[in-house]
Amino acid sequence: MSRGTDPKSIAGKAPRAERRVPLVVVGAGAAGVAAALEAARAGVPVMLVDENPIDHDLMAMEVPLHFGQRMARSLRSRALALERVVEANPGLAEAVDAGVDVQLGTAVWGAFRNGPTLRELEGSMLGLADDRRSWLIGYDRLIVAAGARDLGMAFAGWEKAGAMGANGAHALMTRYRGLASRRMVVLGSGALGLTTAALALERGVEVAGVVEVASEVRGDAALRRALAGKGVRVYTAHAVREARGATGEVDGVVLVRLDGDGRPVAGSETEIACDTVCLAIGLVPNVELLSLLGCRLPFRSALGGFVPETDDRGMTSVPGVFAAGDCAGFHEEMLADPAIARDQGRLAGIAAAESLGAVSRGRAEAVRAELRQPDRGRPREVHGDWQRWLRALIDVGGWDVNVCQCEEVTRRELIDVRPPRYLGWQPDPARARTLTAVLRDGPVNPDQVKRLTRAGMGPCQGRRCREQVALLLALEAGTPIDRIPLATYRPPVRPLPLALLWPHDEPQEVRDQWVGWFGIPTQFAPQWRAPLAADATTAGAEP
Amino acid sequence: MTEPSGASVVIIGGGVTGLSAGWWLARAGVDVLVLDKGIVGWEASGRNGGGATHVYSPFGLEEQTLWPQMDELLGYPTEYQPNRIKAALSEEQLGLYRRNTEIAAERGFRTDVLDAKQLKELVPIIGDNAIGGFYWHFGGHANPQRTVQAYAWALQDHGGRILQHTTVTGIRTSGGRVTTVETTRGSFGADVVIIAAGPQTGLFAAMLGVYVPLAPARVEMIVTEPLPLMFRGGVDGNGLYGRQVLRGNLVYGGGPHEWIEVADMGTPEQPSTPLLRNLARRLAELFPGAAHLRLIRSWAGIVENTPDGMPVVDRLTTPDNAIVATMSSVGFGLSPAVGKGISELARHGRCLFADLGALRLGRFADTPRDWRERLGWIPAPERTRANAGLLAGVAH
Repeated sequence: MSRGTDPKSIAGKAPRAERRVPLVVVGAGAAGVAAALEAARAGVPVMLVDENPIDHDLMAMEVPLHFGQRMARSLRSRALALERVVEANPGLAEAVDAGVDVQLGTAVWGAFRNGPTLRELEGSMLGLADDRRSWLIGYDRLIVAAGARDLGMAFAGWEKAGAMGANGAHALMTRYRGLASRRMVVLGSGALGLTTAALALERGVEVAGVVEVASEVRGDAALRRALAGKGVRVYTAHAVREARGATGEVDGVVLVRLDGDGRPVAGSETEIACDTVCLAIGLVPNVELLSLLGCRLPFRSALGGFVPETDDRGMTSVPGVFAAGDCAGFHEEMLADPAIARDQGRLAGIAAAESLGAVSRGRAEAVRAELRQPDRGRPREVHGDWQRWLRALIDVGGWDVNVCQCEEVTRRELIDVRPPRYLGWQPDPARARTLTAVLRDGPVNPDQVKRLTRAGMGPCQGRRCREQVALLLALEAGTPIDRIPLATYRPPVRPLPLALLWPHDEPQEVRDQWVGWFGIPTQFAPQWRAPLAADATTAGAEP
Repeated sequence: MTEPSGASVVIIGGGVTGLSAGWWLARAGVDVLVLDKGIVGWEASGRNGGGATHVYSPFGLEEQTLWPQMDELLGYPTEYQPNRIKAALSEEQLGLYRRNTEIAAERGFRTDVLDAKQLKELVPIIGDNAIGGFYWHFGGHANPQRTVQAYAWALQDHGGRILQHTTVTGIRTSGGRVTTVETTRGSFGADVVIIAAGPQTGLFAAMLGVYVPLAPARVEMIVTEPLPLMFRGGVDGNGLYGRQVLRGNLVYGGGPHEWIEVADMGTPEQPSTPLLRNLARRLAELFPGAAHLRLIRSWAGIVENTPDGMPVVDRLTTPDNAIVATMSSVGFGLSPAVGKGISELARHGRCLFADLGALRLGRFADTPRDWRERLGWIPAPERTRANAGLLAGVAH
């Protein structure tokens, strides 16, 4: 029996890539540039894609980092933003000189490959978009060097302009030279917090304080002394209760002192004037593309959470897909030593080149011999610190604080698994379900709680609440954080306008054969009459 | 922990059909147990267009009667909203919606014909490319995730039981009757068993020696950021199905499906593809005034179809205490009525409110076993060569 074809199915009509590239590197940070250079110098045609300069409207949506509306007005000029991005990263020019096809201002919003329930793609491909159009690029090898984003932690007023994340602040200070802040309070005193404070001072931002819930400063002693020498006060054993500001702009924060048991001390409130409060408690590896591709992502607290399982050359569990830099696992030593990410990039770059047959095994071994072994032994686990911050923020700020800003879901609503407020639903108390009730039916699942409460379903795509939700669920369920599964990522992993996604190269056949639902002639015919009238056809109707 | 015991009715599959049937049985005082391999309503039941407009079905009248009462009957919100608008951008689309309208009229449902101007007045984001449409004073839509959860909780409120993360491994029969359902968490005796397992329904029926012809397929949907609420009854057309949800997001699907294999009892992968761009275009054509909206998410789901695209809802003759239910990819909206019908099949041996003659399994008695090949409803061959080449290149 020969195979027929269902003209309404995807068979033979799957979207095609504009072209196919031997190696695509996603992200032009230290790891991505090093990977691209290593492979290009080995003779591999390389495309290096980076989303900077990021569209101003996206920045205002806190995508991909928590920019806190602290972008300088001058960054509205795309030309100026591009100039600054290029100036800030000499590796880009180096890559161009090495023959790398460098695509700036280009976001990767999707990654697709065939699997058991998707067989029609011509090969693995990425979805790309700049400010004018979207398109698809096929690849033979892929190196994801997508960096890390900010860990969000809710407190009252954190939706105000001026509440931001450390990576957002770093990007605006170094990559864009455009942080619109005069006086900042930094939350977190580890390497991330202290580095952020030091960088802010260097860029002329006054640092009004560094806040730490622990009773001691966690970061490097020398850095701490340097900050103290410049008059920066560290508020140890303190947590932030709220960010104030009547006009929607932060104009101060209220801190509360914690006692020896970590409990708030009544009457210990301190108000500090500032226009910016910067969350520098932790960074989270950007694994969304790796997740879309089905890479195994075990939980490793010392590397920031869910990170790709990689071999000694940076290859993930998906053949041909490599990960390097912060997205492969972030720890604080990577802040002080960019060589860690760079070496990971080189390792992946030469492995990709070798696997494509561009270099001999001998030459690849020689490069590997130059590189240090990936140093992943020393980092400490971070989720205990994050949980401590969360408990302190709950103790001083309570449960009625929005965890998810987009969908306005509070900690309490999340834990009570309450339907969204816009429904105006008044649950019968006897029948109300809480997390405890949901847990009786199975292990805690963040996707389930997401669907019920809508936390994480907004336009920022869960960037500011994903980890908090997991931490809250773990805390409330009494479950270790590593037992909370990774909530699903779905494309597009950047929120893009319909008009931009519009495929201008859509084949006519796709349009001609388009049906709402399967196109089976009798599917929506009058089925209450049996047998069916022979002339009944409703093919193409929508269900 | 003691092992759970059997039940009067054991339902295999905690999708929308099985949950609704279980809820109707539980509220009638029947001891019911629902088994699911994962989380209830996790697959296509909880992620679909949410349409509740299926008046062509034997269950259609009951569907229309029940939906407006569902929040109250269940005790949990379903986000049900009444009425629909169909918008056509071409004569072909207009003709198709007219045919649907005529079918509805035959069952007594009222429609207003809309010209392009009236359509645009009702739905401001519709553009000048729309040629006309229909305002259906029937049908509607609801939130699938919230509804499946409501069924599950209401079922429990009535004393029914749900066992999640429990895979059925066998069905034992004796003397022409099902006696026991075997699972990864023990065996459960049953007076009646209901198989409502979506794409895996055929695999379970095969355990009883019964052939149910089903072809699974993967379909996709997209979700935009919210916009202020427009017409509440939901507007679709242009080859798209979907709605504006009460939160304001536009949620739409349509277009090419991919036929797949579901070889085992596991949860199949549900990847989206770059087709989300084609869906985005279709949506921007339907609503030019919303073309600036950002797409924030996509889904895919696995559904199953019978050869004629119509459901099988039938109580078998051998074994005579087994019921097979597959909605052939259109199950969510009909679920209030279908669950009621199945509960009557379980309790009384027949559906009391509708003639299910068209939905008997027997209509496929002469269907050749290679019907999927004949229709072309089969997956592409695995691209093993390409993958093997890649693997060989990467090996070290």
